[in-house]
Amino acid sequence: MLNSKIPAGSLDKKWEDYKGHCKLVNPANKRNMEVIIVGTGLAGASAAASLGELGYKVKAFCFQDSPRRAHSIAAQGGINAAKNYQNDGDSVFRLFYDTVKGGDYRAREANVHRLAEVSGNIIDQCVAQGVPFAREYGGLLSNRSFGGTQVQRTFYAAGQTGQQLLLGAYSALERQVALGNVTMYNRHEMLDIVVIDGKARGIIARDLITGKLERHFGHAVLLASGGYGNVFYLSTNAMGSNVTAAWKATRKGAFFGNPCYTQIHPTCIPVSGDHQSKLTLMSESLRNDGRIWVPKKQNDTRKPSDIPEDERDYYLERRYPAFGNLVPRDVASRAAKERCDAGYGVGSSKQAVYLDFAFNMDRYGRIEASKRQISNPSADEIRKLGKEVVAEKYGNLFDMYAKITGENPYEVPMRIYPAVHYTMGGLWVDYELMTTVTGLYALGEANFSDHGANRLGASALMQGLADGYFVIPYTLGNYLAGEIGTKAYSLDHPAFIEAEKNVQSTIDKLMNIKGTKSVDHFHKKLGKIMWDKCGMARNEQGLKEAIVEIQQLRAEFWKDVRIPGDANEFNPELEKAGRVADFLELGELMCVDALNRRESCGGHFREESQTDEGEAQRDDANFSYVSAWEYKGESQFELHKEALEFVECKPTQRSYK
Amino acid sequence: MEHYNMNLTLKVWRQKNADAQGKFETYPVSGISSEMSFLEMFDVLNERLINEGKEPIAFDHDCREGICGACSMHINGRAHGPWAGTTTCQLHMRAFKDGDTLTVEPWRAGSFPVVKDLTVDRGAFDRIIEAGGYVSVNTGNAQDANNILVPKDDADAAFAAAACIGCGACVAACKNSSAMLFVSAKVSQLALLPQGQPEKKSRALNMIAQMDKEGFGSCTNTGACEAECPKEISLTNIARLNREYINAGFTYEK
Repeated sequence: MLNSKIPAGSLDKKWEDYKGHCKLVNPANKRNMEVIIVGTGLAGASAAASLGELGYKVKAFCFQDSPRRAHSIAAQGGINAAKNYQNDGDSVFRLFYDTVKGGDYRAREANVHRLAEVSGNIIDQCVAQGVPFAREYGGLLSNRSFGGTQVQRTFYAAGQTGQQLLLGAYSALERQVALGNVTMYNRHEMLDIVVIDGKARGIIARDLITGKLERHFGHAVLLASGGYGNVFYLSTNAMGSNVTAAWKATRKGAFFGNPCYTQIHPTCIPVSGDHQSKLTLMSESLRNDGRIWVPKKQNDTRKPSDIPEDERDYYLERRYPAFGNLVPRDVASRAAKERCDAGYGVGSSKQAVYLDFAFNMDRYGRIEASKRQISNPSADEIRKLGKEVVAEKYGNLFDMYAKITGENPYEVPMRIYPAVHYTMGGLWVDYELMTTVTGLYALGEANFSDHGANRLGASALMQGLADGYFVIPYTLGNYLAGEIGTKAYSLDHPAFIEAEKNVQSTIDKLMNIKGTKSVDHFHKKLGKIMWDKCGMARNEQGLKEAIVEIQQLRAEFWKDVRIPGDANEFNPELEKAGRVADFLELGELMCVDALNRRESCGGHFREESQTDEGEAQRDDANFSYVSAWEYKGESQFELHKEALEFVECKPTQRSYK
Repeated sequence: MEHYNMNLTLKVWRQKNADAQGKFETYPVSGISSEMSFLEMFDVLNERLINEGKEPIAFDHDCREGICGACSMHINGRAHGPWAGTTTCQLHMRAFKDGDTLTVEPWRAGSFPVVKDLTVDRGAFDRIIEAGGYVSVNTGNAQDANNILVPKDDADAAFAAAACIGCGACVAACKNSSAMLFVSAKVSQLALLPQGQPEKKSRALNMIAQMDKEGFGSCTNTGACEAECPKEISLTNIARLNREYINAGFTYEK
């Protein structure tokens, strides 16, 4: 039975009551408690720093050469917080409401409310660390809008907000390393969880430089290992982002929540050819100042500048007048796909739409001209002044676009298309962020809890830091208070020996295949199956085919993959092989979950479930639950359901019209 | 923009591990699209090497968006290659033409030992941050974020310094393998903000001491670091670091 351990009481008092009543560990005992943290992105680094400050003995692991390189660094647009600094009607309740609604009523109310409650503390903490957020001339913090909301609550640092927040958490982490409270294991990959008497007690990690397997004990194990978007091969994730830690946990008994909830981000640079290794996001914040359009005529090959205003279809503004270009990500992505599938796409691939800044550049230009008291400015002058304003807001994004495409977005509209960006699904956790394995926790994108079926922009950074700075320091203590009598287990305990042996035998098996095809060959094939049949739109037949195809591909992988080099050295191909092997199992579960969920919700459009106008049709009567899947052996998964109850936010058909 | 294909000759540094003797290997590559990124060209080469039963070339990379700071190739004598303000992962093949020969090396600096091929160990940078690249504020201590006003110009200048991605190009570009641009970026960010004031003296002294301990060379103000920095971190940060360091040296009492 799934117990989400949501505290009793009214929604706005649950967290306060929890904090007031949870068990504490005294400082002397904290010094004897060891905590393992896997992953050093926003969630992992903030947890490691905060727990180190409290006095726990923390060991943190990352596969990169430094914790500062975790993929949180690439988040561009911003971080939400219910500060209401703009006096535009924001509040904790509004942030909570927008997030539950944006998630298409598939998130847990109590968790989301807690997230909204601590959102303001995150901004305070980051500013205190020296994170240089954007500011107004008066010295106050600046805000901007993001999709799915009607207030300005997003804090940002140009288009590099994730970088600045991560470097803040990283510096707090390194401070604890210097103080001896955290031991950092760079270039280490976790390859199994060690479970003793039903409790997580350690991990097996591979030193990626020497290839040596290591055993590490912890009174508790925290996974902050990120999302699994790379199952699609092409995504906006970093090349190394992977599901391995979460998947090993799944195989050790942790349930996997809502695996099929993938976020397809509407504004990415389109695919240019078969050589493509990854996709690049253009921040959602650009939709504040860019207008999305396609030609009104199908297969229009004219240059965008040659298409007159009245022959352009600003389809988001047309279909969703209330939110316009700022509809949530799932809505914007589906609308772009609809236009392209109908033959209105642009660019050589026809799989792209325009994101055009000309209109707002001129608007800003006129404001600037007015500020500088330039009377009757020429069109060129206005454009020049407008460009300066846009460059200050988004300069790094425009530069990145120019480098990748060879086109100048100040002169011609950007071409964009949806791409896999984030995974709302992840390890199932209760209110305390504990998985179904006692003592094993999941934080940040690695868990499933806060975003339902669709994450709103600028919410991922908020969740990662909420979990690490403000939630886990309380909930972990509540568990460890009962563990103060537990001595560190010997690393020669049979469970450690057994786990290491299993990891070693998997590595040996991979190295001994000596097949003919590279790891990437299999990864690309898997990605294509997932994108075609478990991507933005899915149907029963396609999903059933995908499951068979993935099983076949997995069998082929284990017969024919070629991994050069040796296991006892730095071997990036071996690392990739292990990760792709796990993606080949996860991909199947994603399709199984998508097949089970015969409704459209959030980023997940089930073709059998749509309204007469072709909008997504949710089915609350039958699917208002979290799907938590238990691993029972290869291709065998058992579904457990956590019913979702909505007390404050009654589900309605989402409307952004 | 016109797309074209090209054939190239690559001379790549191969070194099995930190202790092994390394050498250049020559690889002809053909049919490279001008639309590819530089690392995608390496992906193509590595795929071929694997198919030929050879070992692929090891190189650090992760985000491929120019922000994580993992990629680190020295291309034709320049850190991150010929484009200004660009990381290797964002360098695209239209920077080159058919028939070009490209020499690709790892960062060359004693403080960044080679791990394998083009991969180096930049752990020294983490240790420099450990020495003082932070504000000592525990979680939960903070006051409301708008209580302290920060002039926009200071916030902007702090952000420009904080944009450093810790890739190590400044060290690789410097004839002395100095890490001054990296250190100055962090010291400047925090020296420019009110939150960084209480520890500014000890921070400058301790980070410089750690930098020296790691074996990085001295700064002789040639400006190669600024010219090669993919995030265009300004040399004025080094001037600020020098001011902070000298001031701290005269006035810090402990």
